[in-house]
Amino acid sequence: MRPLPPGPPGTPPRAAPAAADVVLDVDGLDVDIATGQGTLHAVRDLTFQARRGETLCIVGESGCGKSMTSLAIMGLLPRAARRRARRLAFLGEDLAAATERRVNALRGSRMAMIFQEPMTALNPAYTIGNQLMEPYLHHRGGHADEARTRAIDLLEKVGIASAAQRLGQYPHQLSGGLRQRVMIAMALMCGPELLIADEPSTALDVTIQAQILRLLAQLQRELGIAMVLITHDLGVVARIADRVAVMYAGEIVEHGAASEIFAMPHHPYTRGLLDCIPVPGRTAPGGRLGTIAGVVPSLVGELKGCAFRDRCRHAQPACAQTIPVLGAPPGQRWRCILEALPATVAAEPA
Amino acid sequence: MIRVSALTRTFTVAAGFLRPKRLLHAVNGVDLAIDRGDVLGIVGESGCGKSTLARMLLGLIPPTSGSIAIDGQDLSRLSRLKLARRLQPVFQDPYSSLNPRRSIASIVALPLEVHGIGTTTERRRRAIDMLERVGLPARHAASTPGQLSGGQRQRVAIARALVMQPEVVICDEPTSALDVSVQAQILNLLLDLRRDFDLTYVFISHNLAVVEHVATRVAVMYLGKVVEEADTADLFRNPRHPYTRALLASVLTPEPGLGLPETGLGLAFPDPINPPPGCTFHPRCPQRMANCSLQVPTPLKDAGGLVACHLYPASPSPRPLPSLQTSSIRTSS
Repeated sequence: MRPLPPGPPGTPPRAAPAAADVVLDVDGLDVDIATGQGTLHAVRDLTFQARRGETLCIVGESGCGKSMTSLAIMGLLPRAARRRARRLAFLGEDLAAATERRVNALRGSRMAMIFQEPMTALNPAYTIGNQLMEPYLHHRGGHADEARTRAIDLLEKVGIASAAQRLGQYPHQLSGGLRQRVMIAMALMCGPELLIADEPSTALDVTIQAQILRLLAQLQRELGIAMVLITHDLGVVARIADRVAVMYAGEIVEHGAASEIFAMPHHPYTRGLLDCIPVPGRTAPGGRLGTIAGVVPSLVGELKGCAFRDRCRHAQPACAQTIPVLGAPPGQRWRCILEALPATVAAEPA
Repeated sequence: MIRVSALTRTFTVAAGFLRPKRLLHAVNGVDLAIDRGDVLGIVGESGCGKSTLARMLLGLIPPTSGSIAIDGQDLSRLSRLKLARRLQPVFQDPYSSLNPRRSIASIVALPLEVHGIGTTTERRRRAIDMLERVGLPARHAASTPGQLSGGQRQRVAIARALVMQPEVVICDEPTSALDVSVQAQILNLLLDLRRDFDLTYVFISHNLAVVEHVATRVAVMYLGKVVEEADTADLFRNPRHPYTRALLASVLTPEPGLGLPETGLGLAFPDPINPPPGCTFHPRCPQRMANCSLQVPTPLKDAGGLVACHLYPASPSPRPLPSLQTSSIRTSS
C-alpha cells in the first residue's frame, strides 16, 4: 500500500460546518421493534450529522442499537421494526417521505454500506466481477465495458493486485482481507457521498484490520465522502474518527470531537468504557482493570430517566427524572446531570 | 512444569476432486517450556496453529511427532481422566461450549461426576461454591445457559474448569466473544483465580493488549512455528523478530492523533499448505535479506528468550539492529 503523507500537526479546530457540508442529517430517530413482551425501543431519539470529508464513529457495546441505526438510515430494517424521525435527510432530501423507488435509487448508489462479515455479504454463486458491475449497471446504465473498467480501477485502488484476473474469481477464492477490500470497492462503484461501514474490520486479523482501516481513511479523505463507521472497538475509534457518538441502550450518551472525548470524557459510561481496556504501557500488567457493574437494562416498555443509572457509581435520585443534555465548547455534548465527572475514577475493588 | 519439544501436527487436506491429498503442517516443530505459576501468552494471526497447539496440550488430538511432558511424564502415557485432573480448558465461545439443556450447577458438577468424586449432594455443593467464587450467585444454579449473558456463561465455563482443582488452565481466546466491559471483568477474575488457586495459564489470544496485561511470558507464532519468545515486558519493550514488531505496531491503542499504522506486512497471509521456502515470513518481511528465502533460520536461544530470524544468527557475530520502517498516518485532516 502506498504510504500516506502525514496530516498537518496540531489539527486546527474545525470551523462550524456549512449547511452544504451536511450529507446526512438525523434528528430524533427512533426505532421500535414489536416483540412478544411489548415494544422494544432499540434506538431512541438519536440526533447526529455526517459531514462531507469527515468520519463519524458510532461506538457502543452489543445491543446498544448501533447496527439498527445504520439499517434505519439505509431503509433496511427488518419487518418488525418501525422507524420514526423528526428529520432524516440525505443531502437535503427527506428520506422518511421518499418513495420506495427513490430510496432504492439512492441506496447502493449515492449512499453505500459495508458490512462486517464479507463472506455473508458477498454472493458465493457469482464472480467478483459480476457483483462489482451489477450495482453500476443497475444505477448508471451504460455499457458493460465501462462498468468493467471502473471495477478494475477500483480493485486496484483498494490495493488488489492483478485486478483483471480477480474479476473472474468467486468470493471463496479470496482471503478475508481481500474480500473486505472487494466489499469496499463495491461500495464505491457508483461514487457514493455517504458510506456507512458497520464493523468493517472486526472479522479480520489485527494486522489486516490496520490495513483495511488505513485504506478506508485514505479513500474517505481522497474522495471527500462522509463516512459513518460503526464499531465496538475504542482503539479503532481513536485512530480513525473525527467525531464520536457513544451509544448506550439506544441513546447517544456522549457526542463530540474524538480528541475531546478521549481526553476528557464527560459521561460516566464513556469513562467506564475507557477504563475497561488494557493499554500497553499505560495500564499496569496484571493490575485490576476498571469494570462496569451490572448489566444493560431491558429496552422493552416505557423507559424513563438515565438508562445507565443502575450501573453508575455517581447515580442520584435526580437520575430517574428526565436527563438534560449538557454541553461544553466547542462541540461536546453529553446526556447526564453532572457538569463534570468527579476526579476519582480509580477502579473499584471487586 | 510443561515441556513441549519438537512438537508437530499435520493434517491431510483434500485439494480437490481426484487430486491427491496434501499435508498441512498446522504446528511445525514447537519447543516451549511452561513453568509453574507462569502465564504463557500465545499470539499470532488466525491459521498460525495456536489453537491446534492448545488442543494437543489438552490431549484432545495426538501430536504427529514430538512430545509434551508434564512434570517429566509424557502426556501420551497419561489417561484422559488423569490428564483432565491437571489440565482444563476454557474456550472462546461460551455459547457453544456449554450444554444448553443442563442447569449450570449440573454443568459445573459434571467433571466431578465423571471422576466419581463425592456424593450427589457434595458435588452440587462444590459446584455452587465454585460458581459463587467466580461471581455467580447461588440463585443462578438452576438456570440454563440460555438464561445467562455471555459474560455469565464464560464464568460458568471457568467454574467448570476449576471445579477439579487443576494446575493448568488452557484459555483459548477466552474474552474474544465478549464486550469490552465484560472482558475486563473476566480478565480480573482470571487474574484473581490464578493468585488464589496457584494456577498456571496458557493464554491464547489475538489481542496483544490483553496478552500484555495478563501474560508473564509470550510466544509469537507464525505458520506453525514459534518465531519469538520472551518475558512479556521484554517482548513489548524490545521486540526482536520483524513479525513481532509488525504485530505490535498494528495494535490500535485508544490514543487519538496517532493515526493508523502501516505494518508493512503486505496483503497476503501465505498458503499454509504451500509455505514459502526458507524463513516462512520472508515474503511479508520488511527487512528480508538474500538468504531469507533460502535458509530456515536457526532459533537463537539466549537470556532474553528465543528468536528465529536471520537478523539474529544463532552463531556469534550479532548484527546491529536495523530500524523498522513504520510510518503512521494521521487520519484527522
